[in-house]
This record gives sequence, C-alpha cells and structure tokens, in this order.
Amino acid sequence: MNIDINFLGILIGAIMASSVPLILAASGELITERSGVLNLGVEGMMIIGAISGFALMVITDNLFLAIIGSMLSGLLLSFIFGFLTQSLLTNHVATGLALTIFGIGLSAMIGKDFVGIPGKEFPLLFVNLKEAIPLFGPIFFGHSIVFYFAFLLPFGTNYFLKKTKIGLIVRAVGDSPVSAANQGINVLLVRYCCILYGGAMCGLGGAYLSLIYTPQWIENMTAGRGWIALALVVFATWSPLKVLVGAIIFGGITILQLHMQAIGIRIPVQFLSALPYIMTIVVLVIISRDSRKIKLNTPTSLGQIFYKEK
Amino acid sequence: MIKIERRDETSNLIYFLTPVLAIFLTLVAGAIIFYLLGFKPLEALKFFFITPISDLYGLSELLVKATPLCLIAIGLSFCFKSNNWNIGAEGQLTFGGIVGGGVALLFYNHEGFYVLPLIILAGAIGGMIFAMIPAILKIYFNTNEILVSLMLVYVSKLLLDYLVVGPWSNPEGFNFPETRQFSDTARLPILFEGLRIHAGIFIALVSVFLAWVVLFKTYLGFQIKVSGLSLKTAKYAGFKGKTMILLVFMVSGACAGLAGVGEITGPIGQLHRMISPEYGFTAIIVAFLGRLNPIGIVFASLIVALTYLGAETAQIFLQVPKYTGQVFQGMILFFLLASDFLLFFRIKFLRFKKYEY
Repeated sequence: MNIDINFLGILIGAIMASSVPLILAASGELITERSGVLNLGVEGMMIIGAISGFALMVITDNLFLAIIGSMLSGLLLSFIFGFLTQSLLTNHVATGLALTIFGIGLSAMIGKDFVGIPGKEFPLLFVNLKEAIPLFGPIFFGHSIVFYFAFLLPFGTNYFLKKTKIGLIVRAVGDSPVSAANQGINVLLVRYCCILYGGAMCGLGGAYLSLIYTPQWIENMTAGRGWIALALVVFATWSPLKVLVGAIIFGGITILQLHMQAIGIRIPVQFLSALPYIMTIVVLVIISRDSRKIKLNTPTSLGQIFYKEK
Repeated sequence: MIKIERRDETSNLIYFLTPVLAIFLTLVAGAIIFYLLGFKPLEALKFFFITPISDLYGLSELLVKATPLCLIAIGLSFCFKSNNWNIGAEGQLTFGGIVGGGVALLFYNHEGFYVLPLIILAGAIGGMIFAMIPAILKIYFNTNEILVSLMLVYVSKLLLDYLVVGPWSNPEGFNFPETRQFSDTARLPILFEGLRIHAGIFIALVSVFLAWVVLFKTYLGFQIKVSGLSLKTAKYAGFKGKTMILLVFMVSGACAGLAGVGEITGPIGQLHRMISPEYGFTAIIVAFLGRLNPIGIVFASLIVALTYLGAETAQIFLQVPKYTGQVFQGMILFFLLASDFLLFFRIKFLRFKKYEY
C-alpha cells in the first residue's frame, strides 16, 4: 500500500502546484475588485508576466531577476489599465478586454525569439523532506518558493482586508467611493495601488507557468487561466480564503483530466480538456443563484466609473 | 495652467472624430514599437498598412476579412448598447460553423438550390442557440455573462477539435484533422474569378441595413438604447428586461453564427481546427471603433481587417509574428477609449490671472 499512498501524495501535490497561478492571479484581482475596479485584463497581464519572466531568465540567467521582472511587467500593463479607467474614466470592461488582446499579442511579439529554448531548473525547497515523509512529504515539500508564497497569500489577503486599517480603506473605497472621498480618502490613489498590486500578482502567476510549472515559452500558454481566475473571484464571493478552495478545486479538475487521459479512459481527450471550463460555468451558476450570498461581499461600486468634481 | 471641465453636452462631431484620432495615435505608437524592435518605423508601417491593399487581390482579401468582423460586430452592438457583455462571439461563431458544417456534410454530394440556404440557416440557428446559454443563465441564475460566454469559447473550440479529428474527419483524408471539402452546392459563390471575395459580403450588408432599421426606426431599438443608458429608467418605463437580454443575445449569436458559416462555406470550404483567427474577439474592437453604429461598424471593420492583412504581410517581409495584428487591435481600443475622455471633458489652457477678486 506504500506505493499507493505515495502516489496519492504526489497527486495532491500536483493538484496544489497547478492551482498556484490561479491563486496568485485571483488573489491579486480580488484586491483590485475590492477597491471597486473590475480589471478583465488578467489573462493579458499573466501572459506578459510569463514571457517577460522567461525572457529575463534567458537573458540574465538569474531567476530572481526574472521573477521580479515578471511582476514589474504585469504591474506596468496594469498601469495602462489604471491610467485609462481611473484618470481618463474609460469603461472598465472594454479597457480590460483591450488589455487582454494587447497582452496576448505583445507577448507573442516579444516571445518570437524564445520559442523552443529550454527553461532552467527552478530551485525547490525541502527536497529531502519530500522523500522522507510518506503522503505528506510530496504534498507539502519539494516545491518552489513561489508555491509557498501563493498558499500563504490568501491568508495574508484575508488578514489585510479584515484586520488592517488600509484594508478597511480599500473596502470603503470599493463600497462607496463618494463617502470615502468625503472622509478625505484619496480614492484614486487607493485604486491605483490596488490595480498595480493586482497586475504584479498576475505577472507572478504567469511567471510561475513559464519558469516553474512548465519551464518554457509557448504562445498563449496561459490558456484561459486568467479568465478562470476572474471566475474564481466571483466563485469566492470576494473572500480570499474561498479563493484558495476554488483554486484547488480547479487545479484538481485540471490534474484529474490529465490523469484520465494518461490512463486512457475512453472519453475523447477534448471532452476531458473542456471539463475545467464547463465546471467553471456550473460553479458560477450554483454560486450566483443565491443573490443574497453574492451581494454580501460584492464591492458595491464594482466596475463603476468614479469621478470627483474638483 | 491646465483645467479639466465636464462638458455640458457632447458634440456629434467629436463623437465621430475621436475614432480617427485613435487610429492616428495607434499608428504613432505602432511606429514607436517597430522602432524599438529594430525596424525602420515608416517602412514597417508601409508594409503593414499600404502594401497589403495596393492591388486588387489585396482589396478583395480586405473585404473577405472585413465581412465576418462586420457581421459579428453588428450583432455585438445590440448586446453592448443594452449593457449586455457578450464577449463569447468567437464561441458562437465556432458553434455556428459546427452546426452549419454538419448540415453541409449531411448534404454532401446533394444537388439542389436549397442546400446552401439550409446550411446558412443552420449556422445562424447554431450561433443563436449557443448565445442563449449565457443569456438564460444570466436571466434565471444571475450568472455573469462575461465569464460564461467566454468559457463557452473554449468549450466550442474543443468540440470542433473533437469533431474534425474524430467522427467528422475526412474518410479519405489520411487522418488530417479536417472534414471533407464541401460540395460546390454548399459553397457561397465567388464574386470575381481569381479573387476570394464571396457572396457572404451581401449577408453582412443586409444585416447592416436591418440593424440600422431596427436600432433607429423601431420601438425595440429605442428600448435597447434606453436599457443601455439607464436600467432603472427602462424598468420604470415597463420594458421587459429579461426578454430583452435574451433577444439581444440571440441577435448577436445569430450574427456570429452567420459569420462562422460564411467562413466555412466561403473561403475555407470545409471544417478544420482553425476556422477563425479570433474574429469573434476582434469584432469587439470593431463594434467599439464603429461607435456601436451600423454605418460606423462598416468602416471600422475595414480598418481592423487591415490589421489582419498587415500582420500577414509584415510576417512575410519583416518576420514579425502574426500576433502583431493583435497588438495594433488592442492599441486601437486603448486609444479610442482614452480619446473618449474628450467627449465628456474639455481641456482648457488657462492664462495666469492677474487680478483676483
């Protein structure tokens, strides 16, 4: 039975690893949305993070720089979004879509020379513990630092939103920007910060894919994960800890369908690959049915344009 | 001193001039990007925007690409005008293509005038039904239509992939992921010998006209506009909000389905994995660039179609990836949205005041 238990451990570990980019992007987007801003550019920021991380790794041969650079590039892209929606008062939905289209195009343009280059091995932590402890070893140990950061992030986000003063300000800005502004809060500044933070996290999520999860650059390699991350925020009804649960469920579906393909279950591959997307819809339906539940944490001003007459 | 003031009313002139400004700014930004990538900016722009349409074949290709964009954007304008965010037109196009293609395969080697109309109808219905999914889920379960319609894009593409690899693949096709070539009765007629421009353009033009009539000359168009401007007003006026959501999604899905079926019975002539180079997403930009106005959309579809052609030409002459087109498309939308600022605000350059009272 020893082998089975180890296999189970490896399976759960793989599920957790595949949920990392979703946790990072969704946690970032959650903060952005909590401040009342709906940024649909997650997919674009992730893919830009993926390529710039990978490109920096190839050029500088330094993984730390690559990670930082991916976050900066996500942040830079989100700044375009912030400037348009906050300073030029553009529609959030349309601007976010433009950001995604732009990001996917730009990533392919930058990534042209990086196709087919093998990635570098990312240092993993606690590798000796991974083999020493059955079941829990492969689940909790032998992962990258980004992995551990991602799993701590929802708890940090939760603490930040509920227990800190700045968290309260973010929520106030998201729920009622007008009253917040009347209290002397600089709504624009708060929102800019939240947008930039979201961008950085999306960039990191993308870099996790191209540097750690599947260390290489493939055009369009985020494959809709940005959109699933957006759905996760709704799924979590804007509460950080539920993002963790949701991300693991989706990671689980992704890994399970891969295993089902590998075992050779007689369902066409395409149907299994469609499973995460179909599940997203099913889950959205279940969550959204109860409008009271969804309204509980929904930032009231989400997606609305805020303009203060000076 | 610069002062920004809210305009009391928006001028119509600025409303239709800002898209032109946006295109100009996109060209400037594009030149800068090309320069940064080590190309001669003006030469690159020439390859991108002038070379592709400097001959008859190029102009025909422009119309071939503008046709689906225009059709989809017309449908989307119904959704966007009424504040329904259908961004899954790509999926509706694909599903329309699947249903239409299925009918085409069913009538393989059938002679008869009825075959083509049947295929086109099937495609429109396919797209329509696919678009009803996010609409119905929005109406009854309050789900976010953006996410649902987008997830369905992936689902429909995987379904198409399954069909062309599996049950519908060409029996004589050496396992290539494609169906049989449709028979001639199932193809849209080519308009000029030697060019690819096909009769699908008439479907697009008719839909432009119909959209203009519905949006500007009927009570329904008025209702759509009011619900877009203020949902509360629409409710107060007693408009049936739920029926409206369903209706605009159906229109939009049918248009996308028509675009899909137009592609497979027009330039492609069979089903394979890549029946659309993301027309469904690009059409979102077309809809906005055309100001959600049917006539505007016609012009916008031509301009955006040029970015597709330009990317193809630039790929050959400059070895840039075909995705460069998408960079331009994204930038057009950025600049368009940004220049909308001028619609609602005016920038005043003030002189320093000498006297304070």
